[in-house]
Amino acid sequence: MTTEHWEHFHHEADIGVRGVGPTKEAAFAQAALALTAILTDPALVKPEETVPVACDAPDDELLLADWLNAVIYEMAHRKMLFSRFEVKISGHRLRATLRGEKVDVAKHQPAVEIKGATYTELRVRPTEDGGWVAQCVVDV
Amino acid sequence: MDISRFTRQSEFAWRIEPTGKMRVPVIIYASEQLMRDMDNKVLEQAANVATLPGIKKASFAMPDAHWGYGFPVGGVAAFDADEGGVVSAGGVGFDISCGVRTILTGLTRKDIEPVKKSLADSLYREIPAGVGSTGKVHLERADMDAMLRGGAQWAVQQGFGLAEDLNRIEEQGCMKGAEPECVSEQAKRRQKDEMGTLGSGNHYLEVQEVTRIYDERIAGIYGVRQGDVVVTIHCGSRGLGHQIGTDYLKEMAVAAPKYHLELPDRELASAPINSPTGQKYLGAMRAGINCALANRQILTHLARKVFAHHFPEARLKLLYDVSHNTCKVEEHLLDNKRRPLYVHRKGATRAFGPGHPDVCSDLRDAGQPVLIGGSMGTCSYILAGTTESEGEAFSSAVHGAGRALSRHQATRQWQGRQVIDELAGRGILVRSPSARGVAEEAPGAYKDVSAVVEAADHAHLARMVARLEPLICIKG
Repeated sequence: MTTEHWEHFHHEADIGVRGVGPTKEAAFAQAALALTAILTDPALVKPEETVPVACDAPDDELLLADWLNAVIYEMAHRKMLFSRFEVKISGHRLRATLRGEKVDVAKHQPAVEIKGATYTELRVRPTEDGGWVAQCVVDV
Repeated sequence: MDISRFTRQSEFAWRIEPTGKMRVPVIIYASEQLMRDMDNKVLEQAANVATLPGIKKASFAMPDAHWGYGFPVGGVAAFDADEGGVVSAGGVGFDISCGVRTILTGLTRKDIEPVKKSLADSLYREIPAGVGSTGKVHLERADMDAMLRGGAQWAVQQGFGLAEDLNRIEEQGCMKGAEPECVSEQAKRRQKDEMGTLGSGNHYLEVQEVTRIYDERIAGIYGVRQGDVVVTIHCGSRGLGHQIGTDYLKEMAVAAPKYHLELPDRELASAPINSPTGQKYLGAMRAGINCALANRQILTHLARKVFAHHFPEARLKLLYDVSHNTCKVEEHLLDNKRRPLYVHRKGATRAFGPGHPDVCSDLRDAGQPVLIGGSMGTCSYILAGTTESEGEAFSSAVHGAGRALSRHQATRQWQGRQVIDELAGRGILVRSPSARGVAEEAPGAYKDVSAVVEAADHAHLARMVARLEPLICIKG
């Protein structure tokens, strides 16, 4: 059984985010958590306010990029950080709820803004043990 | 990188002939050491760029090239619209028109030292920097569109800076052909409160000392003297540019089959220049360029206000403003004919040589200033475009050092406080809202910018004019 987790993977100038989980939804949610971890420790972010997100794309991989870009947009536009992601995927349509709080520079010490999710190393694939992995490089 | 695969065209130019679907060769400018240290991905990505329709002459990589997304960072490629050439959102990048501007202060280090700490504190207070920061200029719809059309010219009309600044900005501060209606509502919302903000990561405002002059004649024309203090700003088109990149990357990737484009990598998302998607992107991207030019103009105004408080007699004169993530239509000599080409520079600086009509008349004899940023503890450089550069990579040169260590590796090696204290010991005052951000940007995490600049000089891409070292660094 695949345990839910996220990790960052190496890219020379930028940084890769990877989410792993028993379902595609869980892998997408973990990849978003990896985004937050680029800026700050996700444990410091209180899941107080909710923001709904919806995206559609022609395939799984573009859907992942769209999803991460939607989270990046909400972070930038609302000046928020998010630590909980409830994701529902039906076909290539995604609906989600983000939970987080306004950026508090003293508390979160946010390291760097994320500019966008790229299509470099972009993959959404089943794993050998029946789970899912979702990853790409993000530009910071 | 395995250099045995290359033909050494000259001491600083390495070439690979086209194979497979490549339409042109790959040419990388670098010293042997920089080549050996370069990631193999640079060649892979430059070779992918060489397969795009309408590419002319070669797919180039500058001495600071590193693994990017789609195009290598440090990549230069020019396309002919009449031969099915493409424009690529991935070939410009997310931070449209990210660039560097350097401002002369007429002050020396001796003037700065007695007030250095309070100057650093005032700059940090007045220059919005870091994640979540907002500017003092808030743009509603009509003003946003006017800014996207007018760039730095709009900013000057609003009272930010001086009319004389515009001559010292590429495109005289206003990129023609900008189409605000091609920019999404999301992009505009993302920018609403971000005008006049520095951003984060490798973006900064520095007060620097000119510590060495390499070319007295050109330095004289530029008005740069040893011991002078200058202000340098490195930042881009903020959230608006990032969102334009995001929007059009997807639009181009989805539209590629419609245009019969076979992309070896989705990140190379492109559209024919002569297509509705290509034209829409160009309109939006040019609006992004204007956003970056307006942003750096507002930041210049803020820096001038701080200097006016500490040095009422000082007159801060803009030396030049360059952009290093763009696609611009330029005339270049190809097969003995001058032709308009769409030149993509992703992490590369335009470097027009002496006499070029697009360089302002008072600097024309020297060639265009080429401004190269360092990182906190490292040097920055002023170079000048050369006549020979036109015959190399369409008058293009380097843009900076590039990372040697990833952000993770950097935070494992350094702590923010320790970096700030060490730099303070060397007389460099760093002000930043994020200790982790400082650790990630530690000087040791970057490649040797001096080696990169020397390679650009040896390869005749640009000529070294002056070296700058930081005294104060405001970091996002």
